[in-house]
Amino acid sequence: MHVLLDIIQGLIGLLLSPLGIVGLLAILGYYLTLKKARSFYKSNHSGDTKGNENNVHSLPFYSATYVALQVLVPAIVFLIAYNIAAPFIYHSLLSTAYESHLSSLSQFQAKNFIDSAFALTKDNIPAQSSKLITEASVYLGSLMETGHYIKWGGAILLASIVGALAYNRVSPALRARNRVERIVKAGLIICSIIAVLTTIGIVLSLLFESLRFFQKVPINEFLFGMHWSPQTSIRPGQVSAQGAFGAIPLLAGTLLITFIAMLVAGPVGLMSAIFLSEYASPKFRSFAKPVLEVLAGIPTVVYGFFAVLTIAPLIRGWGESIGLTVASESALAAGLVMGIMIIPLVSSLSDDVINAVPQSMRDGSYGLGATKSETIRQVVLPAALPGIVSAMLLAVSRAIGETMIVVMAAGLAANLTINPLEAVTTVTVQIVTLLVGDQEFDSAKTLAAFALGLLLFVITLILNIIALRVVQKYREEYE
Amino acid sequence: MEIQPIMSEDTEKQQAVSPLQHEENQSSVKMSGKNVNVFYGEKQALFDINLDITANSVTSLIGPSGCGKSTFLRCLNRMNDVIDICKVEGDIHLDGEDIYDDHLDVVELRARVGMVFQKPNPFPKSIYDNVAYGPRIHGLVQTEPDLDNLVESSLQKAGLWDEVKNRLQDAGTGLSGGQQQRLCIARAIATKPDVILMDEPCSALDPIATATIEELIDELRANYTIVIVTHSMQQAARVSQRTAFFHLGKVIEEGQTTQIFTNPQNEKTQDYITGRFG
Repeated sequence: MHVLLDIIQGLIGLLLSPLGIVGLLAILGYYLTLKKARSFYKSNHSGDTKGNENNVHSLPFYSATYVALQVLVPAIVFLIAYNIAAPFIYHSLLSTAYESHLSSLSQFQAKNFIDSAFALTKDNIPAQSSKLITEASVYLGSLMETGHYIKWGGAILLASIVGALAYNRVSPALRARNRVERIVKAGLIICSIIAVLTTIGIVLSLLFESLRFFQKVPINEFLFGMHWSPQTSIRPGQVSAQGAFGAIPLLAGTLLITFIAMLVAGPVGLMSAIFLSEYASPKFRSFAKPVLEVLAGIPTVVYGFFAVLTIAPLIRGWGESIGLTVASESALAAGLVMGIMIIPLVSSLSDDVINAVPQSMRDGSYGLGATKSETIRQVVLPAALPGIVSAMLLAVSRAIGETMIVVMAAGLAANLTINPLEAVTTVTVQIVTLLVGDQEFDSAKTLAAFALGLLLFVITLILNIIALRVVQKYREEYE
Repeated sequence: MEIQPIMSEDTEKQQAVSPLQHEENQSSVKMSGKNVNVFYGEKQALFDINLDITANSVTSLIGPSGCGKSTFLRCLNRMNDVIDICKVEGDIHLDGEDIYDDHLDVVELRARVGMVFQKPNPFPKSIYDNVAYGPRIHGLVQTEPDLDNLVESSLQKAGLWDEVKNRLQDAGTGLSGGQQQRLCIARAIATKPDVILMDEPCSALDPIATATIEELIDELRANYTIVIVTHSMQQAARVSQRTAFFHLGKVIEEGQTTQIFTNPQNEKTQDYITGRFG
């Protein structure tokens, strides 16, 4: 009961906000226009009026949608703009009003003064409130009240005026359908721009933080250094080792584990794809394919403890029984489990490309007296090769970027080795350990995480581009 | 020449079909189907087909879409084996041997009965490798020069050699549609078959490429037995010596092409070839 009340209260709150009122206005506009448009649609559209000068251009639905959108869009844009701009305006007005006082303070104190005033006004937190701060907060309160009226009034006024103008424009000749199309298209463009801009933003932030890191550690030392031990002093002046930031051991560890993973996932994934698409009966296939794909749905953290608790001790036991020293966090254990994890990725992508090879190609081969395996080996696989290669490269990208399994199952020691029985560490593991700690955010240790992230991003990006190119280049060759 | 009475249980049709025997064309029977029934799951596609394929001649199978002519063609080299739900009953003989016999190796059969498909389907390999594919998997030649010779002679027989002799290593898929189809014919010839089955080989080609293929078929007749499925009545009349008219999974009429087209014995055949249905 309580929950229901809360929900109702929330809904009422939403309706009584400027956005809610604008929404109601839009609905009102929609129905008013629908009525208006229908009246002339009926009077002018009865019977065969094709070629008639007075023909109605758009269906009433489009006219109504057009008006509703005219009510909504400018008002929403106004509200968004207001919400972004308002804090800055309050801030600058407050600074101007207390300029004489603030100029006497240090930069830090001035910032503190304004922050306290905001805190007091918004949340009523009496943070070390001096008389002046209380006074400032009262001033700020009045500013916010004015702002509130502007927000309400502006949104409603804008919605009504633009809506009314649009309503007046509604006539048989109005090309409402085309206008609605244009607004819809603009909406779609905005959505895709948001996606692209977010990506660019993430890449740029990686890039800039990495540049800060490269001011502290030279880029060639990072890229070609053979030693990794990011133990810098936690507090200034503390005596400790000067950290070493050579990424080669991390890359080597990443590649070793990826290589082991692909040794598992490549053959197993490809063979099972061949079996499923060429040999399996439809009945078996409809059962086995979803089961295989369930592997992809298991959370990686589960694979992680599977690696730590089951595979690693197993490998250690076998190794010791034949007299090998096996680290308890060996690259082999992490790689094997990661391989199992990416089997479905390889098999399901390969299965798709093998199925995409036209049946006519197989018929051609069978028609010449080739056996099934000859056909697969000499016709189907070569035809599907570009797709298979790109599936493998995507799997490699996935393995390189995989974090949870290696965090749990691979070691932390940055050994530069190709022995799969030793512990190695990976780029992703180091990013996690660098950021889990109480370092200052601008220390070399923390910033190194961004540089590693950038490195990882560049590697997977290159792999993905190669994969796409391979597919594009060879796609034209069959069909 | 022996021609089986068609639709033995259907006396009306039996009367209508009178196999005129042209003694001058009498030649041996290469392949024969006796009481062939084909089922796709529950659905029966062919009903008691009795049809002989004469050696070193072109036999065309005509009839409206879905009449079973392609199904029958695919029975002749057991391509229907590829389709899981397809079941074939009856006897089909090649040189007197039952091709559905358990002891018969389907791989060997398909090497002897080659096939050319409706849509040109060259493998994504070079022109040379496309033609060399069959000889290689069947081990027909032992040395590289022999293989070169076989590829050259096959391409020559298919009338493609002069157009591709300078670019044998280019992709077979880069050829024009008509050239691709001739490449597929060369590929079929290279396995040294006795019989070549063609399933509407010209339906994806323009008239000029079609004319080239038709001339080629006429030349190939000297050395191979050819069975061709076609939707074009003119094509059947131009290239074939014998014609069988299929309708609703049955052979309605079968005989000399000239006789079928000038003096059909069955009303349905008459209607079909004059374009009244189908």
